[in-house]
Amino acid sequence: MATLTHQNSATAEQLVVTDGARKTFITIIVAGVVVLILGLIAAIFHIGEGEHAAATEAAGHLGASAGHGAGASVHHEGSPVWQKRVLVSLWHSNIFFLGVSTIGTVFMAINYVAYAGWSVMIKRIAEALSAWIIPGAVILLVVFLLGRHDIFHWTHEGIMDKGNPNYDAIIAGKSGFLNLPFYLIRTIIYLGIWAYFSWKLRQLSLAEDQLGGTVWFHKSINVSALFLVLYAVTSSMSAWDWVMSVDTHWFSTMFGWYVFASWWVSGIAAIALTAIFLKQAGYLKALTSNHLHDLGKLMFGFSIFWTYVWFSQFMLIWYANLPEEAVYYNQRLGGFEGRYTGIFFFNLIINFVFPFLGLMTRDAKRQMIIMKIVCIAILIGHWSDFYLMFMPGTMKAESGFLIEIGIAAIFLGAFLMLFVRRLASASLVPVHHPFLDESVHHTT
Amino acid sequence: MTKRYALGIFEDEDVLLHAVENVRAAGVKIYDVFSPYPVHGIDDALGIERSRLPIAAFFFGMTGLSFALWMQIYMLGFDWPMIIGGKPHIALPAFIPVAFELTVFFTCHGMALTFFTITGLYPRPKVPVMDVRATDDKFVMAIELDETSSQFSRLTQLLRDNGASEVNQKEMTTK
Repeated sequence: MATLTHQNSATAEQLVVTDGARKTFITIIVAGVVVLILGLIAAIFHIGEGEHAAATEAAGHLGASAGHGAGASVHHEGSPVWQKRVLVSLWHSNIFFLGVSTIGTVFMAINYVAYAGWSVMIKRIAEALSAWIIPGAVILLVVFLLGRHDIFHWTHEGIMDKGNPNYDAIIAGKSGFLNLPFYLIRTIIYLGIWAYFSWKLRQLSLAEDQLGGTVWFHKSINVSALFLVLYAVTSSMSAWDWVMSVDTHWFSTMFGWYVFASWWVSGIAAIALTAIFLKQAGYLKALTSNHLHDLGKLMFGFSIFWTYVWFSQFMLIWYANLPEEAVYYNQRLGGFEGRYTGIFFFNLIINFVFPFLGLMTRDAKRQMIIMKIVCIAILIGHWSDFYLMFMPGTMKAESGFLIEIGIAAIFLGAFLMLFVRRLASASLVPVHHPFLDESVHHTT
Repeated sequence: MTKRYALGIFEDEDVLLHAVENVRAAGVKIYDVFSPYPVHGIDDALGIERSRLPIAAFFFGMTGLSFALWMQIYMLGFDWPMIIGGKPHIALPAFIPVAFELTVFFTCHGMALTFFTITGLYPRPKVPVMDVRATDDKFVMAIELDETSSQFSRLTQLLRDNGASEVNQKEMTTK
């Protein structure tokens, strides 16, 4: 049984992935496939979509009344609804997991730059999170190249050509930024930067394990500082490109921070959850409730930060009430016959109220069971936060849950396989990190 | 109230931490420890109870929140209703920033004042200091003395055995 008592030193620990764990991951994937197939059957044969036509029509009215002009309402350009839903939810889940994956590297980089010692004990978890960046990047590019018409309104044929029946003056005005070659170049640059620095920091850390000495530590600080500068720009811009451009007419200057806040708090929840699972499986012997306490404080604080950014975006749009901005919340609060209203409030409760009340006391942050529940709630909550960012703009009144949850489960299973494989490929404790001793004796 | 204290002066924080444990194990009640900077683990070693300041903070926060909401609802909803941006007189989203700020304002000021009052650290002309070197490079352990005369010599021996570089006696008026 795991204990949270004081330890005097830390030694190398090798994670052994049990057959049970492998089976669990495969079960998650199989369950995802089953749910996905059920969802596809339901979508193809229109099971449980009685008010389908009425809702679509209402969406059309909303689009027109919000000043979108012709061609901005519901599109059925070739792709059947089920195919569109598969593509959009592939994009949705991939953006979520790719973001969480990158946060591992960001977390490490921030701790290096801050000369933080307490986090050394959980550093390998953050390192291993980035195992998903390369597969995620490949999936992202493939989905974009194959399915961009179903996800991004601005990629429609002729939408930027004057005289074309599809012409949209507002979108044409954004063609300097939102055009295919520039978009692809930007996307590849973001992914390349994230993948390169994740790989570089991992290599430095592994070399430190083998050879020892402080030279790797100082080198990591330089690499981290450069990465953080680049990440600050790329995280914000990738949020515009990958998430905000779904609602092409709409814009918000808070959006980069909003998406980052969502990724960041989910990433910390993922690190904390993994640390607890490892501790309960008998690993990370020197991890104490003091480390959990600090992770809990970060989760608590950044859940409030996410809410702060959410509210800043909401209140300015609500107060100014400009049609081209307010349409975003019209769609989510009562639009499409109230389709997204429930998940809109669920989003606020699970991502703000629950972590806020659940993690408020010191004791809660030091209890593994409470931390576990809140971590899982935050991960589910921010996945549905991304759901709320993507679905109204792409699926309008034709969104659903079965296909989306099925695909998310497949992503989760695959993500966990790569994550755990990388965790097992090196010692769980970076034995030659200069701050290891400080982390072992960390008290809060 | 004037009391006498035995002051053990220590040069090193590790020596101090072990001394605290040993002195308490010997059954002596430590009045307080003064150090130039926060010493990790000293709270546990001294057996200090968890502060109840967060409870006070919660009530200060609630006061601030209620005050802010009452103020805005009364002013903008009843006392002098105005139409701003076509919104209802009582428009809650617009009240949240002020409610948030006043909650923080009441909480931090209330906590600071409570803390100064209960610890006796509030500013005043003559500040009681056990040993001024505790603000520079020495660690001072203070133990309250009773009226028996032999007690001080016993404490001197105990503190010396646990690494105190000197042991003094001081009369102090606290709180």
